Amino acid sequence: MKILVPVKRVVDYNVKPRVKADGSGVETQGVKMSMNPFDEIAVEEAVRLREKGAASEVVAVSIGVTDAQAILRTAMAMGADRAILVQTDLVLEPLAVAKLLKTIVDREEPGLVIMGKQAIDDDMNATGQILAARLNWPQGTFANTVTVGEGWVEVKREVDGGLEIVRLALPAVVTTDLRLNEPRYATMPNIMKARKKPLETIAADALGVDLAPRLETVSVVEPPARKAGVKVSSAAELVEKLRDEAKVI
Amino acid sequence: MTSLVLVEIENGLVKQASRSAVMAARAFGDVDVLVVGEGATVAARIEGVVRVLHADLPPLAETIAALMADHAGDYTHLLAAATAFGKNVMPRLAGLLDVQPVTEVVRILDADTFVRPIYAGNALATVRSKDARKVLTVRGANFDPVPAEGGNAAVESVSAAVEVPDAQIVGLEVTKSDRPELETARVVISGGKAFKDAENFRMLEPIADRLGAAIGASRAAVDSGFAPNEMQVGQTGKIVAPELYIAVGIAGAIQHLAGMKDSKVIAAINVDPEAPIFSVADYGLVGDLFEVLPQFKAALDA
Ligand SMILES: Cc1cc2nc3c(=O)[nH]c(=O)nc-3n(C[C@H](O)[C@H](O)[C@H](O)COP(=O)(O)OP(=O)(O)OC[C@H]3O[C@@H](n4cnc5c(N)ncnc54)[C@H](O)[C@@H]3O)c2cc1C
Ligand SMILES: Nc1ncnc2c1ncn2[C@@H]1O[C@H](COP(=O)(O)O)[C@@H](O)[C@H]1O
Repeated sequence: MKILVPVKRVVDYNVKPRVKADGSGVETQGVKMSMNPFDEIAVEEAVRLREKGAASEVVAVSIGVTDAQAILRTAMAMGADRAILVQTDLVLEPLAVAKLLKTIVDREEPGLVIMGKQAIDDDMNATGQILAARLNWPQGTFANTVTVGEGWVEVKREVDGGLEIVRLALPAVVTTDLRLNEPRYATMPNIMKARKKPLETIAADALGVDLAPRLETVSVVEPPARKAGVKVSSAAELVEKLRDEAKVI
Repeated sequence: MTSLVLVEIENGLVKQASRSAVMAARAFGDVDVLVVGEGATVAARIEGVVRVLHADLPPLAETIAALMADHAGDYTHLLAAATAFGKNVMPRLAGLLDVQPVTEVVRILDADTFVRPIYAGNALATVRSKDARKVLTVRGANFDPVPAEGGNAAVESVSAAVEVPDAQIVGLEVTKSDRPELETARVVISGGKAFKDAENFRMLEPIADRLGAAIGASRAAVDSGFAPNEMQVGQTGKIVAPELYIAVGIAGAIQHLAGMKDSKVIAAINVDPEAPIFSVADYGLVGDLFEVLPQFKAALDA
């Protein structure tokens, strides 16, 4: 079975995002970019499944600018066998991303797609579910544990009240949550090896998909800042302030 | 214009976040709701609801999204609360309807224009949807819930005439707790990695009981096994906005702040005077939680 892992290039999670002065968006020029953390978890899970013999090949795919090759190399250094860049300079929404991913799924025919639950830039938490809908495949979102069997996958999902276990017929889409695994670091030898692995580039506009945005960004602003507070010197003073000043206890 | 809101039933009641979604939907006109499984009669009593659609189906995204797509009809807006349940179903529905969903809406400006946080709440984006029909999830904390009583809606049975892919629920591990729900509690007290182990983390319990508070946790505390996953507060966990949020031994990473910085009053206890949590705290106490928490409890009881 082949596993397809979509990975997104995003502003590194350690960077404090800065809103552009003209209100058009968040600054991404000259900012450290990395693989979306949830997608690292997805790559790790796919590679582990291959190492266990539950999968035969792991293919990473990213949709974005030419520089997204860097995260595809990272995915291959972590163990993905090959990679596909669907090249575009457009900023795409989850619906368009899912449609492009569907063309790759139709071509590659994976048994499983494992992807992040959420990109930490747009915080949409939507692409996996949209892709599953358009493929008419079952979905196991917010995965905490993934078990693959003959023709099925069981996904333990992180839900509001605890955990829910679903059993899905393959092929299926799985989206990762934080507890699924701890991604490995790419070692130097593996980074060198990854340079020789195949990375194919396809132009997004050659895939016959409508990429026109459905959402118009009217403005992007900083949220109102909280006013600076005070330091108290003891637990007793804290209780007193909360009781008598803030009146919240 | 009429909207359809997918509501959740919990312990025989309509979830508060779902009643917040009904409130949000009122901005667009009349509101119908969809209930899957038990609870149609309870939902019929929600104030201001016109019609209840009721389907006897398992709570799976595959079936519910197909059903909603089938009944989307003249609805201009299809909504749910941005809970794990709503986040699972609504984007799938959007995929079926060829709509770009707008998730985690915190403000509605008009029928097409919505505000949603991006980048862990470090920016607020206002977006105008060009889709003829909107698919939205809305944050419970940002809309007052409509009253659970006062309505008398007609209940109508619906079913899906569509084939759905093979999925089934085979297990559920629900954590039982007598404490208030994290997202709707008036007071939340959360603990971080500083607690060192699960046993120490329980130091929060007597204080939570005393304050009638829900208990939350940072990601690091959940990853370390001090608390179950559903207690995680943050960008990728639960979003809370209580009257009082008390952060104990939590550094205040942006991903954590994203989940709690809209709280009315924030108090923080941390040994490190430079901890980022203090930059959002109304009241900060620099100290070792193992000394401070027992004193805090004693002062509450005094
Ligand atoms: C993709 C992604 C998503 C994430 N989502 C979330 C999320 O939803 N929620 C979330 O919380 N995090 C999230 N994180 C993690 C986040 O970046 C931080 O790592 C996490 O919040 C740290 O938790 P912490 O503050 O408990 O631990 P630490 O960073 O280890 O901080 C512990 C704090 O306790 C203090 N301390 C130590 N000992 C004591 C003592 N005895 N008494 C008092 N104070 C003490 C220290 O000074 C320190 O400030 C996410 C990260 C990523 C990459
Ligand atoms: N441009 C992209 N290229 C590849 N994968 C993507 C892209 N955008 C989103 N994804 C995948 O979809 C997941 C959810 O993203 P989102 O719906 O935007 O929060 C991410 O974690 C990725 O796995």
